Amino acid sequence: MSDPSPKDPAPAEDAESEPRPGRVRKPIGWSTIIIAALVAVSAALVWRRDGTDGVLDILTHDLSLFGGILPRVLAGCLLGAFISEILPHEKVSRSLGPQSGLKGLLIGTAFGAILPGGPFTAYPVASALLAVGADFGATIAMVVSWTLIGYGRAVAWEIPIMGTDFTLWRIVISLPLPVLAGGLGRFVYVRLYPKRDSDEEAN
Amino acid sequence: MSAALLIDILLWGSVFGVGLIAFRRGPPVFKASLREGSMDFINTVPRIALGVIGSGYIAAIIPQEVITGWLGPDSGWLGVATAVVAGAATPGGPVIGFSIGTVALKSGGGVPQVVAYVVAWALFAFQRVILWEIPFMPARFVWFRCAVSVPFPFVAAAIAMVIGKP
Repeated sequence: MSDPSPKDPAPAEDAESEPRPGRVRKPIGWSTIIIAALVAVSAALVWRRDGTDGVLDILTHDLSLFGGILPRVLAGCLLGAFISEILPHEKVSRSLGPQSGLKGLLIGTAFGAILPGGPFTAYPVASALLAVGADFGATIAMVVSWTLIGYGRAVAWEIPIMGTDFTLWRIVISLPLPVLAGGLGRFVYVRLYPKRDSDEEAN
Repeated sequence: MSAALLIDILLWGSVFGVGLIAFRRGPPVFKASLREGSMDFINTVPRIALGVIGSGYIAAIIPQEVITGWLGPDSGWLGVATAVVAGAATPGGPVIGFSIGTVALKSGGGVPQVVAYVVAWALFAFQRVILWEIPFMPARFVWFRCAVSVPFPFVAAAIAMVIGKP
């Protein structure tokens, strides 16, 4: 647990699997610190307004929410790890990499649309795709597709709250957006980081 | 809660599916990815805990009337722009986001504005970005994706204006 190095999952025994590109992840970054500060300030304001009871009410509610989410987070992490292990890296970088064209964006979109689960699945899987050779464009298409046309959130939340008509209509409007966002992402990325792009092609 | 159960079944079904494929590649591959996934889980849990437990407090201090007020009756592109800001600023989970959208729709908000709100919320609600996306993904990717996503609530509103109401 105290070993933050992400780069040595199983040194000797997985000789036949391809080398895994490290998924560098700092345990505590500036984002975490900002969120912690934001939470502390908010909790203090709630305490001033509602007293200790108000603080405890929110705490118990959110703790039970957290308990319910934990198994799904585990499932999402395992899904991401298995997918990054079983997907052949060359094939991923060919069909979702910088040179994959419109087809790569469409594959990313389709993948995001069919992915089951919530954010606890989508982000670990997207992170795994990045690690095995998908480019920013295809990964953006996948994340945007999951968030806008994925069925998970629509079925669980949007249809019950906003109604079927609005939801379906909103999804139809959203259909072109993942490909457009991925295309824009790729267009901007290549111009922002021309060197990195050629690095990726070099391997 | 049958939708949640269905999602759990699909989710764990997928985990077992890909786990089985990994296992058939050989136990070392399976064990390595199992370890990798568990490490990801252990590393992510503190940040998820902070986000989930803290988000209740953040949501409690942002009054929802403020956000609904911004969505108001339809006000053209200015209304769309404020809807986009409101979507990004909405705290809390899907219940709050969609409820605010419904309230805005029922209280006379313009349909393109509500679409812009829901799409902006889905694309870059600040709380989901800091609670879920940043813990799991490289921060550089997250900021890049959010920046690239900014035009699309406007595109969705434009499409909604062209094709009309549901």
